[in-house]
Amino acid sequence: MIPGRFEYHQPDSLAAAVGLLSELGEDARVIAGGHSLIPMMKLRLAMPEHLVDLKAIDTLKHINVADGVVRIGAMTTQAELIGSAELQLAAPIVKETSLQIADPQIRYQGTIGGNVANGDPGNDMPALMQALDASFTLHGPGGARDVKARDFYEAAYFTARDDLEILTEVSFPTCTGGYAYEKQKRKIGDYATAAAAVLLTKAADGSCSHAAIALTNLADTPVFCDAASTHLMQSGVSADSIAHAVQSCISDIEPVEDNRGPAEFKKHAAAIILKRSLETAWSRA
Amino acid sequence: MSVEAKTMEERQAALKGLGSSRKRVEDARFTQGKGNYVDDIKMPDMLFGDFVRSQHAHARVLSIDTSAALALPGVVAVLTAKDLEPLGLHWMPTLAGDKQMVLADGKVLFQGQEVAFVIAEDRYIAADATDLVVVKYEELPVLVDPFKAELDDAPILREDIADATEGAHGPRRHPNHIFTWEQGEKESTEAILSSAPVVAEEMVYYHRTHPCPLETCGAVASMDKVNGKLTLWGTFQAPHVVRTVASLLSGIAEHNIRVVSPDIGGGFGNKVGVYPGYVCAIVASIVTGQPVKWVEDRMENLTSTAFARDYWMQGKIAATAEGKILGLWCHTTADHGAFDACADPTKYPAGFMNICTGSYDIPTAYLAVDGIYTNKAPGGVAYRCSFRVTEAAYFIERMIEVLAIRLNMDAAELRSINFIGKDQFPYHSALGWEYDSGDYHTAWNKALEAVDYKGLRAEQSAQVAKFKAGETRSLMGIGLCHFTEIVGAGPVKNCDILGMGMFDSCEIRIHPTGSAIARLGTISQGQGHATTFAQILATEIGIPADDITIEEGDTDTAPYGLGTYGSRSTPVAGAATAMAGRKIRAKAQMIAAYLLEVHDNDVEWEVDRFIVKGAPERFKTMKEIAFASYTQAIPGVEPGLEAVSYYDPPNMTYPFGAYICVMDIDVDTGVAGIRSFYALDDCGTRINPMIIEGQVHGGLTEALAIALGQEIAYDELGNVKTGSLMDFFIPTSWETPNYQTDFTETPSPHHPIGAKGVGESPNVGGVPAFSNAINDAFKPFGLTHTQMPHDHWRIWKTANELGLHD
Ligand SMILES: Cc1cc2nc3c(=O)[nH]c(=O)nc-3n(C[C@H](O)[C@H](O)[C@H](O)COP(=O)(O)OP(=O)(O)OC[C@H]3O[C@@H](n4cnc5c(N)ncnc54)[C@H](O)[C@@H]3O)c2cc1C
Repeated sequence: MIPGRFEYHQPDSLAAAVGLLSELGEDARVIAGGHSLIPMMKLRLAMPEHLVDLKAIDTLKHINVADGVVRIGAMTTQAELIGSAELQLAAPIVKETSLQIADPQIRYQGTIGGNVANGDPGNDMPALMQALDASFTLHGPGGARDVKARDFYEAAYFTARDDLEILTEVSFPTCTGGYAYEKQKRKIGDYATAAAAVLLTKAADGSCSHAAIALTNLADTPVFCDAASTHLMQSGVSADSIAHAVQSCISDIEPVEDNRGPAEFKKHAAAIILKRSLETAWSRA
Repeated sequence: MSVEAKTMEERQAALKGLGSSRKRVEDARFTQGKGNYVDDIKMPDMLFGDFVRSQHAHARVLSIDTSAALALPGVVAVLTAKDLEPLGLHWMPTLAGDKQMVLADGKVLFQGQEVAFVIAEDRYIAADATDLVVVKYEELPVLVDPFKAELDDAPILREDIADATEGAHGPRRHPNHIFTWEQGEKESTEAILSSAPVVAEEMVYYHRTHPCPLETCGAVASMDKVNGKLTLWGTFQAPHVVRTVASLLSGIAEHNIRVVSPDIGGGFGNKVGVYPGYVCAIVASIVTGQPVKWVEDRMENLTSTAFARDYWMQGKIAATAEGKILGLWCHTTADHGAFDACADPTKYPAGFMNICTGSYDIPTAYLAVDGIYTNKAPGGVAYRCSFRVTEAAYFIERMIEVLAIRLNMDAAELRSINFIGKDQFPYHSALGWEYDSGDYHTAWNKALEAVDYKGLRAEQSAQVAKFKAGETRSLMGIGLCHFTEIVGAGPVKNCDILGMGMFDSCEIRIHPTGSAIARLGTISQGQGHATTFAQILATEIGIPADDITIEEGDTDTAPYGLGTYGSRSTPVAGAATAMAGRKIRAKAQMIAAYLLEVHDNDVEWEVDRFIVKGAPERFKTMKEIAFASYTQAIPGVEPGLEAVSYYDPPNMTYPFGAYICVMDIDVDTGVAGIRSFYALDDCGTRINPMIIEGQVHGGLTEALAIALGQEIAYDELGNVKTGSLMDFFIPTSWETPNYQTDFTETPSPHHPIGAKGVGESPNVGGVPAFSNAINDAFKPFGLTHTQMPHDHWRIWKTANELGLHD
């Protein structure tokens, strides 16, 4: 558990960081909180020759809510997400999710940018971002572009981000309807056996005006359950439609066996967790 | 006048002796990060060692090419078995009478085995260089299942002893078979099994796990070529034994070896054995003439230094229809991995597994244990337990439950009618032990009452009814356990490690101004010896605990002892401390009598002083006596005030306890929540109640971990599946429930202060209590027994197999 050798860089502006990445090419890796990257380096699964640390770039640390849009700088830590009163009002599901990530020590270091850019199916933020229909802003040598969270994840550790791009901001519409993030894990600090992000908005007439469901660690990418979400909006929320939605989501997932258990168990647990998440979200809607 | 105006009670309290919840004197240092651990040691010119390890579980080593590693700047040397062979150090003896490769000699036998040792100028270069050593392997068939070890097509693991029909513990019937150990009466037990009205049977598996101390194992070896002295700092639970072994192995005279155990960050049995890293660090220092540090990382710790448990215990228990137990039969298949490196007293190849009759008066019993080689890491250490007592306690406490089901009887009641009665002590068990003391019924009844056992059972029945009616998906489990420990190894006549009798020692020096230092042959790894041993002494010699320094772990200064494990420190070294204290007091009595101008027999001891009998106003305090011993010429008495005691315990001690755990189980997700845990411990005389409580909390939390998920698991190719803390379960405060602790106090009749040892009881008793709760929850649905560890998916699987998800 001793990492290989690397050079350490600490640019103080986004331009300098992007410049460094272009100059150093594929031997360089961005480091944010380091709580996914450093463990991989200690196992020598990652052996970057250069680390470009983003922590001195002030423009990457912010939480802004304006005009119905939440904008979060990539270097905002999970602890800061939990502590933000503004965010709690604009999108309470972010805090609920963040509190289920790792443990307090890790959350003081780990960032939202690192969590969504990492591409590990075990990370909790990606499914949340898909449920929120978030966009990720990427800055590369050719300028900036936005990619939808729902289009970002290609396979485990493969994302739409180019190696030379830095993820600078996460943005999504404010979301004040019913919400829930339910996660089954073996202990504090463990990745999910199964987890579900659910957003349900109840219209004045009791119908479901908005539904979004996404699942964590049940396939090699987060799973946005489009069909189930649409079904709930069309048919409204009832015991029957919840059962139907759960059925639909479970057919979308492909969990793999690991020390948490075989796929069969994970599917069963996922169905239970999702059902609870839907019920909680609707009760808050 | 002010000091002497104190009442006797005040003087007593000022000592902070036996029974005082004195704060731990170690903690100021530890909580401020001022501990001094092996990895804190820095020396000029110190080199760093790192291992090239096998990724295969079983393979022939065809070649090892070290040239690229040696070419890396900063690399000093790379050792392989070939380099160690001329010194006779490519293999080393294990504590269990087997031998173990220090570096792979022709083949590797488990994943993670040490193949080559790289020595470099810094830790990072050493790690880089291990990647540059090219090892060519020829893979061999892998044996992971001990029940397949003796099949015709089983690969032979230990070619070095393939033809040896006799091992350290008697005949071997197959090259993969290590020993058979038999205790008790086979024929009469089997006769009872065939005639008894009721016989219950079960295969009880106590899975492989690991002590996983916070600090991993490590050493710094420094050979001073000028004076010929070797100093070895290391994470040693038995530093004196390490010195003797190092001397025997290296040929360096024992007085030229100094072994130091500095602060140790937890041991739990993991730091009893001798590991290849220690040997390689020593050789590397001798070869280079520079100090060499080796500290394993977390994954190396979990995968290569000593594991614990891995016992398959086939049991049969016979009883009358009314539930009186008639006989117990057990056959254990013990998976020892590639080398038999168990840390047990020599005559006990399966440790004290023969305490498996537990707290019960079982007239006839038979135990056989077969040790088996497999392609797994060696070990088999006592993880917070006294030599396989945990396995024994788990076995009997599961068998009692299984029998209760068979008899359709309440398991608390079944225990009660079979307990060894208070008046049966000293009790001779069918498997050969003499239980020193106990009062099980009192403890048991206190526990049942404290938790309102009847009320709990009623609530559980109601819960089952609700579950069956579809009103809840949660089940309630009540886990009972009454355990009996056997600790304090042990009497030299039957307990030794590598021939060294398992006595222990204490040496006391009283300083002229009335404070003192005591040195012991044990070594604290977090147990708080510096706190509690001072308390024993305070009561014995009347010097406040705060004025007594306790020192352990440096073989140049401490008296010889066998170290700390198996809850032996208090029973053995604690006894030595009390006995040495009594020698001090005997001499002090003569000095006091001289000073008071009376006969020796005319003074008597009172808290912190000798008084003239019948005239308590005439006295000499221990402080005054100490000063006099250095300042006055006392006829017929040597100057100074010192004593040494080497204590050979006449018997083991037998702590016991009653634990009750209540769990709520989510049948759909397999998540088990601990609602409450009641732990009554009887460890005899209580030295420091606060430390006892801390030990109980710690041990219960380790028990929780083991029962609910902590395991070292292998796949069929011998790959370790749980080699990091991502998967190896260590509970956090979040997973840890509130524990309700309680006690009874039944002093040991043979221990000088009646103390029995407590550090391991909660692990021994905790595991069955947690496991029984899980099993109990599913009992109403037809479950007899389900194996540990009870992680979410296995609980879910149990529910699934019982049809509870249909
Ligand atoms: C014991 C433990 C338990 C954990 N449990 C959980 C959990 O339950 N749920 C969970 O979601 N996470 C968990 N984590 C991971 C944790 O949340 C990480 O902090 C997070 O995944 C990564 O964020 P980071 O800021 O630490 O990123 P880093 O580790 O620094 O980076 C991760 C990856 O993202 C890249 N990267 C980082 N920032 C950017 C950026 N702005 N632009 C482009 N690329 C970037 C890096 O190059 C690297 O490849 C756990 C971690 C540990 C150590």
